[in-house]
Amino acid sequence: MKKLTLLLALTFTTAILNAQELPSTMLKTLEGKKVDIKDVISSDGPTVISFWATWCKPCIKELTAFMDYAIDLEEELGVKVLAVSIDDSRNSARVAPLVQGQGWEYTVLLDENQDLKRNLGIVNVPFTLVLNNKGEIVWKHSGYSPGDEETLAEVVEEVAAGKSPSH
Amino acid sequence: MKRILLTSLYLFLGTSVYAQGQQSFGGQLHGNFQLDGQWYLRDEGIDPSGEFYPDERFLGQGYANFIYNQGDFSGGLRYENYQNVMLGFPEGYRGEGITYRFLRFKQDNLDITVGNFYEQFGSGMIFRSYEERGLGYDNAMDGVRIKANPVKGLYIKGILGRQRFYFEKSPGLVRGIDAEYNLTEFLPRLDSAGYRWNIGGSYLSKYQRSNDPFLILPENVAAAGVRTQITKGAWAFQAEYAFKANDPSADNGYIYKDGNGIIANLSYSKNGLGIIAGFKRIDNMSFRSDRNGSTIDMLVNYLSPTTQVHTYALPALYQYATQINGEEGGQVEANYKFKRKTKIGGKYGTLLTANYSVAQSIDKDFVDDSNDTLKVLQGYYSDPMRRGQIPYFHDFNVKITKKLNKNFKFNLSYLNLFYNRSVLEDGLGDEAILNNPDNQKLLGADIFIFESLIKLKSKHYLRTETQLLTTKDDRGSMAMMLAEYSIAPHWFFSIQDIYNYGNPVIDQRLHYPLASVIYTEGTSRFQISYGRQQRGIFCVGGVCRVVPPSNGVSFSLTSSF
Repeated sequence: MKKLTLLLALTFTTAILNAQELPSTMLKTLEGKKVDIKDVISSDGPTVISFWATWCKPCIKELTAFMDYAIDLEEELGVKVLAVSIDDSRNSARVAPLVQGQGWEYTVLLDENQDLKRNLGIVNVPFTLVLNNKGEIVWKHSGYSPGDEETLAEVVEEVAAGKSPSH
Repeated sequence: MKRILLTSLYLFLGTSVYAQGQQSFGGQLHGNFQLDGQWYLRDEGIDPSGEFYPDERFLGQGYANFIYNQGDFSGGLRYENYQNVMLGFPEGYRGEGITYRFLRFKQDNLDITVGNFYEQFGSGMIFRSYEERGLGYDNAMDGVRIKANPVKGLYIKGILGRQRFYFEKSPGLVRGIDAEYNLTEFLPRLDSAGYRWNIGGSYLSKYQRSNDPFLILPENVAAAGVRTQITKGAWAFQAEYAFKANDPSADNGYIYKDGNGIIANLSYSKNGLGIIAGFKRIDNMSFRSDRNGSTIDMLVNYLSPTTQVHTYALPALYQYATQINGEEGGQVEANYKFKRKTKIGGKYGTLLTANYSVAQSIDKDFVDDSNDTLKVLQGYYSDPMRRGQIPYFHDFNVKITKKLNKNFKFNLSYLNLFYNRSVLEDGLGDEAILNNPDNQKLLGADIFIFESLIKLKSKHYLRTETQLLTTKDDRGSMAMMLAEYSIAPHWFFSIQDIYNYGNPVIDQRLHYPLASVIYTEGTSRFQISYGRQQRGIFCVGGVCRVVPPSNGVSFSLTSSF
């Protein structure tokens, strides 16, 4: 057990030395096509990945509130926003109708077996990540309370300008 | 086995540490940590006899997950700790230990996992291992999983192992195979016509020794499923059928009847309109890797509900739970966004959501006929063309969401609920109810909810909820008020009160106040709450647990990295 603790401490240090990237993980598009998350993220600008679920009220509030900012960020700074649903495969049928009804214009992906969520050590949704154009994770946030979308928009602008996030 | 795995994890992680100096190396460590605790206070209002008041006074539990990824390899473990398990969680969680560890190798078209894993075939009707920590649900597999992609568009999964049973393993073995094929790869004409068409099939078998002195029980139980998904433009259709060989169990009363289930969905999503209609029928589909298992233990499959999940506090008191021994039902849900700059849409657009879902028993003919040996063994006959007689649940609701100006947003909901308490709370079987239908405990309720969000200044928000549940049944009518003040990105304050003003027992017309403070820093979150909690049923995805009433100070710390 002692050894293991030491070892975890050591690996933890290693990980800190390396910028975190996304582990290669297969997701599904709404059409049922399998894609690797690494192939979907933007190389021209920041990528925002927001984990959500159809049954998660704060998630829907966050994505709806962020929509107002996302339109400008996408147009002006080439930001890509991915809304990754962790709904299981029964509920994932409800994803497309809900996205349309909310009027969201995000790229929506399905993480039905929650592989990406687990690989990233995420406990609960909503959970938001910001990646720079090299695909490195530069900002993470869990939970949502009103106003968080303002912080997220500021962070994305900073990352697009090549700065490290101030929040 | 444990030792070997740990040693290999050690070696594997050790190598990566060693490789740290090389620039081309270096992996990713991700993980999370959660700690929950509650100091319980004696409250004679909600618990007159003290039956729910724990001897320990303070209960706490926590876990940490670590997942390490490096190139083609990944490995991870989870440590869990229950000192002692909190009220309402399954009592089987007692003590501490490493309950989950795995190694995974992934290259080109092959993906191999040894140790623990979570996986599902299709929607999970014959197999799904998953965890829902808030529920205390964890049926992780321990064994081997192989995933392969031998031909473009073809995905094969094979699994072998045993399921988690708290700090032990289930007595039964589970082995299965699943294949999914993207027909669009095979018929490029489909692709050019805009179709996406997947088909899939799976087979699973469970083995559990039998030494029952009276019954000859099947030791090997097979199950199989087929599924398809077709999308074209705005339309999507999904269907899945599953079959399970006879499997006498504690759930079904040790009958020798085969089980089957079907689910189908059709949806249309375009230009601000989304509609989905779904149908489901399941008959005797309880499937566990221990035939004597109960509650949420050692379930091999997952039968998700076709009802909406509510997150508002009052409708969430009466959530539907899937009836694994048999149910049929349907759901229609529509979402529509009235466009901006129209009469109803206003400046920002208006959202309208409507949902109707219903669940009832399947047709079951229990009539005793000792000359009909088949029937005695089968327990009942069921005609899929006939409707069942016992209503379990229905929910009709509409919701309007509107943003009036930059600083004010609100939504209004109305719900009409029907909830069969005999089935969903007491777990009575269909036969017991049909024998005495007048004794059913039913609940009908109308619920009204108003929610508003006011932006006071940049990053300062006030959110309120007003809820009213009117009913003559069960605990009677309740009203609720909630106010939340958030200062992004760190602080969050919440205060709420539920007043059970319509309780038929005058002494039980209680207030349930609760106050919370949450502090968030990036991915870490600390919450402290003080107040009273009602008894209730807590559900995630159609799987539920009963939560006893409590009063006290609770805290929760979560963090991920």
